Amino acid sequence: MSVNQSTSRLEVEDVSHAYGAVSVIEHLNLVVGEGEFLVLVGPSGCGKTTLLSLLSGHITPSSGAVTRSGVIRTVYQHDGLFPWLTVTENIEMGLRSIVDPSERRMELGELLDLIHLGSFADHYPHQLSGGMRQRVELARALAGDSDILLMDEPFSALDYQTRLRMRRELVRLLDKRPRTVVFVTHDIEEAAQLADRVLVLSQRPATVCRQLIIDAPRPRDLTNPDVIEATEAILEELGLSGDGGLDDESLIATG
Amino acid sequence: MVKSELKAEPPSTSAGNRSLPADSSTSAAPTSKKPSPVLSLLPPGAVILSFFLIWYLVCRLHMVAEYNLPSPYTVWVAGLDEIKAGHLANDIVASLFRVAIAFTISTVFGVPAGLALGQNAAARTAFVPMLNFFRFISPLAWIPFAILWFHIGDKPAVFLIFMATFFPITLATMAAVANIPSIYFRVARDYNYTGIDLLTKVTFPAVMPQIITSLRVAFGIAWVVIVAAEMVGCQDGLGYGIWDARNGLRLDIAVCYMVVIGSLGMIFDRLLAQLSKLPSVRWGYER
Repeated sequence: MSVNQSTSRLEVEDVSHAYGAVSVIEHLNLVVGEGEFLVLVGPSGCGKTTLLSLLSGHITPSSGAVTRSGVIRTVYQHDGLFPWLTVTENIEMGLRSIVDPSERRMELGELLDLIHLGSFADHYPHQLSGGMRQRVELARALAGDSDILLMDEPFSALDYQTRLRMRRELVRLLDKRPRTVVFVTHDIEEAAQLADRVLVLSQRPATVCRQLIIDAPRPRDLTNPDVIEATEAILEELGLSGDGGLDDESLIATG
Repeated sequence: MVKSELKAEPPSTSAGNRSLPADSSTSAAPTSKKPSPVLSLLPPGAVILSFFLIWYLVCRLHMVAEYNLPSPYTVWVAGLDEIKAGHLANDIVASLFRVAIAFTISTVFGVPAGLALGQNAAARTAFVPMLNFFRFISPLAWIPFAILWFHIGDKPAVFLIFMATFFPITLATMAAVANIPSIYFRVARDYNYTGIDLLTKVTFPAVMPQIITSLRVAFGIAWVVIVAAEMVGCQDGLGYGIWDARNGLRLDIAVCYMVVIGSLGMIFDRLLAQLSKLPSVRWGYER
């Protein structure tokens, strides 16, 4: 679908970042493959969001280099849509690079159909439910010439069942419009259901403490054995399996 | 064992129902249950009516001397006379004209100034104390200068109203811009909004609700100031009308003008409030 898929590239080389005296990320190396779905999980405050901001270029690292090419768009937890624009107008933001108006109209119609919100085209974000808003955000991010999606806990503000639906929705959309995805979450199930590769990050300063490759086809049910296996592996890595996480030390650590 | 139980569940509980918008049932499109317009006008109407009734009774029962408080009836008669003589219409037009000019100048300079200051923290630090300083000087204090600089006619009144409204509009716009959530600018960057696009398609619409509110507040100030502003250098206008009536000891006419000023202020505020019903700014009032 995307014409210039082959140009997308995302590489982190020996990156460290600190806010003042607080070191958030230390000597991180990361290569995101073409069309890969990479999920970053880790304890809260471990620097996941900072890493996304480094990838998107909104902040520059204290040291090291981030190489990126291709159009990168970020999907946020909430409030990423412009509230003064309708659903249609928000999605059109992603189509600004298309010059031909008829082509733009076609693409818009396709995207609205894709997220099943055609009948809400002229609604404003505040008139939609949380799940609908996130679907509009997805459509906008997938619109036009985007190559890489950075997703910053995009479903964590939603209720549990909507979240489950949105995961399936995301898989379906990416099936239609393949993109490279870097997805940050604290939801372990989510990671296990969605990822090609999961990176479990350590406490701050963040380093990769485990890499997990899940090659089961998507969509994966919560009860899929591969998902359960991956969930167990991540839980173990985070010290939350068995009676782990119940000793005083880790309670203090997760504070 | 577990598996067979799962299969016995009704299919509707499965998370895979994606033929419909996934959560259309919880969707918004707020259903407001407002009472009918007639019904909602009843309480304020009753309050205003009782106010006039009390006023009437106070005068009718001679609780206050006629020369201290004209009765509603004498005000009504005076009003009719003023309308017939053409004074009232002329004064209304004169005042509206001055307010419109001054208010437009304040908006045209105040909103861009606010936008500029809101985007530049250094400029804000430099200018805000000065702006606040002027904001707290009553426009009445400028009367001597208004006469000295602008002599007579519309100009001194326009100047005074401008001095009263420019600073609040500027400061409100500035504060609104400075408080735009940073996420909008991050999104704008992702979608290549730069330069004038960024200003007109992101910054400006993001503060539009607050600008409308500040215009309403500023209009209120302008309308209040008109009485004082037209006491100098003017030969007509609602403010001048009150001044003139006072000089002629015609309190009935003065009260008539007060009623007109209050009513017009209310009407224009309602009109400005209509701006906040624009679909692209509704979000600013519904959070």
